[in-house]
Amino acid sequence: MPTTVIHKQAVSDLQPGQQGNIVAVSGPAEIRHRLLEMGLTPGTRVELIRVAPMGDPVEIRVRGYRLSLRKSEASAVRIDAA
Amino acid sequence: MADTQSVTAPPSRIAIAGNPNSGKTTLFNALTGLRQKVANYPGVTVEKREGEIAGLNITLLDLPGTYSLTARSPDEQIARDVIQGRLEGVPRPDGILIVVDAANLERNLYLATQILDFGWPVVIACTMSDLAAENGLHIDYARLSMELGVPVVPVVASKGVGLDELRHALTRLTKHAERARPWPLEPAFEEAVEHVATCVNQCNALPPHATRAGALLWLMDFLSGEQGSRSSAERFLAKLPTGCAQSIRSAAGTLAAKHGDAPASAIEARYRWISELTRRVVTGPNEAGTITRSDRLDRLLTHKVFGLVIFAAVMFGLFASIFWWAEPLMGLIESAQNAVSAGVRRVMPDGPLQSLLTDGLITGVGAVVSFFPQICILFFCLGVLEDTGYMARAAFLMDRLMSRVGLHGKSFIPLLSSYACAIPGILATRTIESTRDRFTTILIAPLMSCSARLPVYLIVIGAVFGERTIVKAGLMFGLYALGTITALVMALVFKRTIFAGPRPPFIMELPPYRLPRLRTLILTTWERSRLFLTNAGTTIVAVCIVLWALTYFPRMSAAQGEAAVKALPAAQTEGPSRADVLASEQLRQSYMGRLGHAIEPVMKPIGLDWRMGVGILSSFLAREVFVGAMGITFAVGDPEQHGDTLRDQMAAATWPDGRRVLGVAAACSLLVFYVFACQCISTLAVVRKETGSWRWPAFMFAYMTVLAYVAALLVYQVGTRIMGGA
Repeated sequence: MPTTVIHKQAVSDLQPGQQGNIVAVSGPAEIRHRLLEMGLTPGTRVELIRVAPMGDPVEIRVRGYRLSLRKSEASAVRIDAA
Repeated sequence: MADTQSVTAPPSRIAIAGNPNSGKTTLFNALTGLRQKVANYPGVTVEKREGEIAGLNITLLDLPGTYSLTARSPDEQIARDVIQGRLEGVPRPDGILIVVDAANLERNLYLATQILDFGWPVVIACTMSDLAAENGLHIDYARLSMELGVPVVPVVASKGVGLDELRHALTRLTKHAERARPWPLEPAFEEAVEHVATCVNQCNALPPHATRAGALLWLMDFLSGEQGSRSSAERFLAKLPTGCAQSIRSAAGTLAAKHGDAPASAIEARYRWISELTRRVVTGPNEAGTITRSDRLDRLLTHKVFGLVIFAAVMFGLFASIFWWAEPLMGLIESAQNAVSAGVRRVMPDGPLQSLLTDGLITGVGAVVSFFPQICILFFCLGVLEDTGYMARAAFLMDRLMSRVGLHGKSFIPLLSSYACAIPGILATRTIESTRDRFTTILIAPLMSCSARLPVYLIVIGAVFGERTIVKAGLMFGLYALGTITALVMALVFKRTIFAGPRPPFIMELPPYRLPRLRTLILTTWERSRLFLTNAGTTIVAVCIVLWALTYFPRMSAAQGEAAVKALPAAQTEGPSRADVLASEQLRQSYMGRLGHAIEPVMKPIGLDWRMGVGILSSFLAREVFVGAMGITFAVGDPEQHGDTLRDQMAAATWPDGRRVLGVAAACSLLVFYVFACQCISTLAVVRKETGSWRWPAFMFAYMTVLAYVAALLVYQVGTRIMGGA
């Protein structure tokens, strides 16, 4: 049994300006593979830049470029809160 | 750097590949100038652009911009098939020019290294090298070239920087040779790649230097769990001998059993290597702190309040420009068409041939050409939105709204454009990757009230509601709202039924803002518009000629004409002219008129008589023809000059028992019919081109007609009961 609770969260939980390191990408294979191919691989640093005016999607910074995802996709990208 | 090859040697063919937004098209244009031609790849609406590099005897083939070679979409499928040398009708390239955005090196290198694996002679052009420097990134291009083992040329295509070096590199391509992948996969995966590569080698399905890369890509597609990739992998197997295919399939099965998610491990391994490579090659500030010019613009343009206000203004501008700039041009085209028709009438004797030319052919060509200004303007505006990077922001801002009805942010602009004309709207759906979303958008686009419905709305509302301005304005607004709401409801219905399936992801790059290049814009606008003329144009002209024949034949006898003129009340001094009456009588007894009579039993329940039936049937040419057809059936001559007369005539039309035909209920029924019915042969022709079969236009026509009829029936039946037959 783990004695410490590792608090893991997803990119969708970040506030604008917050960053995290990707630990895993979950979700259905076709979406997971696309996210991986766009550079969201474990170990990569992501920053949430902003949330769209109507609350969804979100804009993130990853590998030096800007990517937008719906919150449902962003919740599949698990991160270590930094 | 003169061409050393003899002029008779066939040009070497170089494919140009890269990520979307990597500056690939700008570089292509800079290298080829105006020496290019655009077509579609066989069977799909993916643009195929080819051009010559002056003085070098090189043909450049522009591949669709993709992020990877995984074959999910038709774009990716084509890029990948060309790179493997397997696309029918496209010869194997002699080399590949890979375009890499220097300001976004890591993600761009993903595709670049996938292509490098195949062992073709490659030259890499690093675009946006100025932007990378501006962002504080220092890139060691010589080192990058050494590490990748291919020439790397930094360029700034818009300013012509580095183009001479690039041309020089393209004339000195190395030989094809397998390039060993510099990073390992997991042992089970390596084993599977070797096994598949051996099989592929045995049946000669790929050139030897490409078999390992092909095997890796095939395994990733086969195991990806994504439908498009899986079926692409199956298509590859189907072309191999059975034994070979079976052996490959079993290798994939073994790998899948040993490894939960093999494709993911391969993607991660490639990126790990790329990250290490870029760490050696790029020095610069920790990017977390950098705020670029583009970021500052985004703060405003995607702002919660200002972002939406600016968006509304941009959309209004787009809408207004299609709507208003096209009007005078369309007027010009119409006058030109009339002048040509008049000229033909002067030099040719009356008769079937003259009528075929003027009322059939010239009208048909006119119908096509009159869409042309709208299409050019829309393509130009879309090009501006695309090239500046604002298009992606529009989708970002609108996705929430569109996702409520199961659509994608990218569906917004095509639907908005459809208020002007469904044709450019449908053509604008090409940016939507998911076929299900794209086809749903196409199917609902014609429900948006286009500008061609406006004259019909105006004349019918005018005929019935006279001077009651508030009622007229309210009704007009109601018609637009009715079309829009129904379109959104239909989107929901389609997404739950015929296009049911997992919601496609919204994973979209927000490229940095850029200034568009006028030359590129004009070139792409012209090429895309020209494709519309040649593709849809032929169908439209053909159908116009058929419709002409239906109204021209059979000819009435002279006696019939005389009888019709005599039947007029003698007291009428300001009555219709003799020619108008003859034209009206000819239409009444033509096949079209007979059809109108034949469908009267169907029209009656929605409150319309045969004349409106003829109007509706002729509207299939284009809705605005309704007004002209009404002009002929009511024998008022040119409705442009006698608009008021036509309105009065329509308002006064009666059934044989003396009741008014166009009461409030019938008028509303007719209007509702026009909101929903797909009476536009040009739209159907474009849908056929865009979807690749007659199935979709047939379905579109059927569902919209049923919708129109049922709605009109409801309006008329309920209306007459409430108003007691008004």
